[in-house]
Formats: sequence, structure tokens, C-alpha cells
Amino acid sequence: MYVAGVRALVEPSFWLGQPRTSPASFYDYFDALLGWEPFRAAQHGIAHHCTLALNPKEANDPRCLPVLDELPRYLVKDGVVAVGEIGYDAMTPAEDTALSAQLQLAADHGLPALVHTPHRDKAAGLARTLDVVHESALPTDRVLLDHLNETTVRAATDSGCWLGFSIYPDTKMDPDRMVRVLREYASERDRILVNSAADWGRSDPLKTRHVGEAMLAAGFTDDDVDQVLWRNPVAFYGLSGRLDLDVEDTTPQATHEGNSILRGAPVTTATRATEEGR
Amino acid sequence: MLIADLRTAVRDHLDDDATAWLDRALTEAATTPRWEADFAAAARHCRRSHHPELADATRILLLHTARPDMPTLTRLYAHGTAAERRAVLLALAHLEDVGPDALPLVEDALRTNDTRLVAAAVGPYAARHLDAHGWRQAVLKCLFTGVPLDVVADWPARARGDAELARILTDYARERTASGRDFPADLTRVLAHTTPEEP
Ligand SMILES: [Zn+2]
Repeated sequence: MYVAGVRALVEPSFWLGQPRTSPASFYDYFDALLGWEPFRAAQHGIAHHCTLALNPKEANDPRCLPVLDELPRYLVKDGVVAVGEIGYDAMTPAEDTALSAQLQLAADHGLPALVHTPHRDKAAGLARTLDVVHESALPTDRVLLDHLNETTVRAATDSGCWLGFSIYPDTKMDPDRMVRVLREYASERDRILVNSAADWGRSDPLKTRHVGEAMLAAGFTDDDVDQVLWRNPVAFYGLSGRLDLDVEDTTPQATHEGNSILRGAPVTTATRATEEGR
Repeated sequence: MLIADLRTAVRDHLDDDATAWLDRALTEAATTPRWEADFAAAARHCRRSHHPELADATRILLLHTARPDMPTLTRLYAHGTAAERRAVLLALAHLEDVGPDALPLVEDALRTNDTRLVAAAVGPYAARHLDAHGWRQAVLKCLFTGVPLDVVADWPARARGDAELARILTDYARERTASGRDFPADLTRVLAHTTPEEP
């Protein structure tokens, strides 16, 4: 991923393919997203953040519901840049409750929300999602509607939310269709995000790069690509105030020289050359 | 290093907003449990100063000021991100009231493969409280995972005359050599200290 140009990623908590049956499984998962995963990514030069939530599918299992009460202690963490994925899977009353509760949690913690739109009965699912968003304390400009496609992009655009497209090998959205959407919705280009996955299904984390290549092949400029693949996600997740694009050096430092604060060595100013937002 | 020096070094690096945040957080840490929210939020307040150690350092200052009891310290570690756990481990050397009860936290960190956690675990607190077996395993883990020997507090004193450590290191070096691999130069340095005479 680094070689392909990836310098930062946001890993949303989601369904793993095998249903979880206890809250503790979620806590270990969240701890991994705040512990091992950032370390693993940093080893390869990639800044890692996450979004945390009880996902729509598992919100239907009463055994998992205690996660909602424990989320607040996770949502204060530095690495958490949104509440998500939340939203609808089968549009059940349990999903209604979890969605509105977690939109409120997002508002309470100063976080934006990453909202999964359902794969089945998609247009109706989006409408119901927007009803709940509008009833919530979270303004639409702090909501990212994800997994959009040609049938839902218009309604999503009219809502004022950020527009997310998930690029997959066989499902959801592909790079060439994405280019057509970007052309048709050119005036919305400052709030369109594309994402890729390495999840339980057929997925390819480099699909984001493929979108960039398809954009260039279709005549979009480098700046257009930079906007969609970098500036827009930085702007949306930056709403959290917690996005940190410096990549931690994972090599334990033994040196007693240089600018070490913890070892009491001579103090100099920060060495890290950082272009904010790049 | 001394807490006073740490405080000075931190202030030299923080911008005005972060300094104001830290002042308020330290004041609260002395009196209310609200400081735990600041402990969690340290990195985003220090972010603009772009120094990788500032979040660790400010968290250590908060812990030193708040002096959490053992159940609180254990919870902060257990519920902590990797960065928060690292700060708890680094703070142990500065928390005079904490006796050997925090050893399970050190042992937990030594079981991870996050080298920053391993490095934070082998400070002065581990040198004082780890038993002989635990300390030898910690040294071996450092050599194994590439954590530099100089991160291990008081290693020359603890290694001196340790024949069992010498055996473990010799076996490890033999295993590496047999597989056609190098062994770390740090191994030779520790091994030299394990002989009964002064090296
Ligand atoms: Zn989803």
C-alpha cells in the first residue's frame, strides 16, 4: 500500500464475516484498532486512524448491545476520527435505536459519523437513514454517507452530507463508474470521498489508486485526483480535530543524543518536516 | 530523568495553546478525576508541535501529578491505547508510591510485539522489580525484537555475574549462527558483562 502511494488510512470498525457473540470481542477489536493496527501501519510508513461503532448488522444481536454503553470511553481516544460504521443493514427497529444513539454519541464527542447505507433496498434505506440523521443532533455536514451508487447519489447530494463511494472488484462501485459519477457531479467534487477495503469479502485495498489512475486516463488533473483521494478525506476526518498525519517512527531510540525529551538530552526544535495536510 | 527537567523540556516544545491546555490539565490532575480525559486526549493537544515524544511526556506529567492508585493505574493501562499504555509504563519510574504491584503491566507489555511498548517496559521500574527469570526474558525479548540494549535500565549491573543469562544468550547466538543469521552486537555486549569478573 505504501508503494502504491498510500500515506494514511482510516480503518472503520465493521462486521468481520463471523458474527461476534459478546461485547468483549468488540473491546479486543477496538483495542487492536487503537493498539496493534497503528503500530503495524506505522512500521510501513502509513498513518493509521479508525472509526468505532457497533455496526448495523450486529446491533440486531441483543448480546452485543452493551457495546453501546462502553463506546464513550473509546470515543475520547486520540486515534478515533469518527463514529462508524453505523447505519442500516436490514432496517430493523434495533438498527433504528443503534443508529440514533450513535449519531448522538458522535455529536457528544465532537466526532463526525461514517454512515453505511444498506446494500438491499438501497434507495428506501437511504431515505430512512436521512430521516434519522435529520432528527439527530449531528449536522449533515458532519455525516459521510458511504457505499453510494448511481441510484442514491442524487438524494445523498441533496441532503448536504458528504458523499462516499466504496470501490470493490465486483460489488458496490468500480473505478470507471466512479469516474462517470465524478464527471456528472463535478460541482460536488469538494465533498466526494472514495474508499477501498481489505475486508471479509472480495476486496482490494488498492482500488483507491485505481480510481486515481482512471481519473487521469479520463482527463482529470493531478489536482482533481489529489482533491478526491487526499484533501477531501483529510477535510472530513479532520473535522474530528484528531487527524495526525505525522507517521510515528516505530524504531525504539536508544540514542542519548539528539532531541529526546524523555531522555533528558539537549532540547532542539522539532525535526519532523511536515507539510500540514499532506 | 527528573520530573522537573521533563516539565521544562515539554514547555520548551509546546505552542501557546498546548501550554495552556497542559497547565489546566495539570491543575485538574491534582484535584479531580477529569484529568483522565486529558490523559486520553494528549496527542491531539500536542499535535501541532510535531514532536513524537510530547504526548508521552505530557501523559507522564499528568500521571505524576495525579498519583493514581493501583486500581486506577491498572484501568488506565487496560483501557488505554498503545500510546497511553506506553505512558503508564514510562511513568512507573516516577510514581514513588507504586511498589511491585504494577509488575503485571510490565509483563503484559513484554508479551506484545509492539517494540515501543517493550522498550517502555524495560525502564528503571523493571530493573528494580522484575525477578531474575523475568528480567532475563525481557533482555532476550529486546535482543529478539530489535529493541536497543541501551533502552534497558541498569542492564550492566543486573547482568553482572548472571551465569543463567550467559547460557540463554549463548544458546540464542548459537541458534542464530546455525541458521546462517547474524546475532545482534548488543548480545555480545551483555554477554561480556555476565562473566563473574569485571569485563
Ligand atoms: Zn459498510
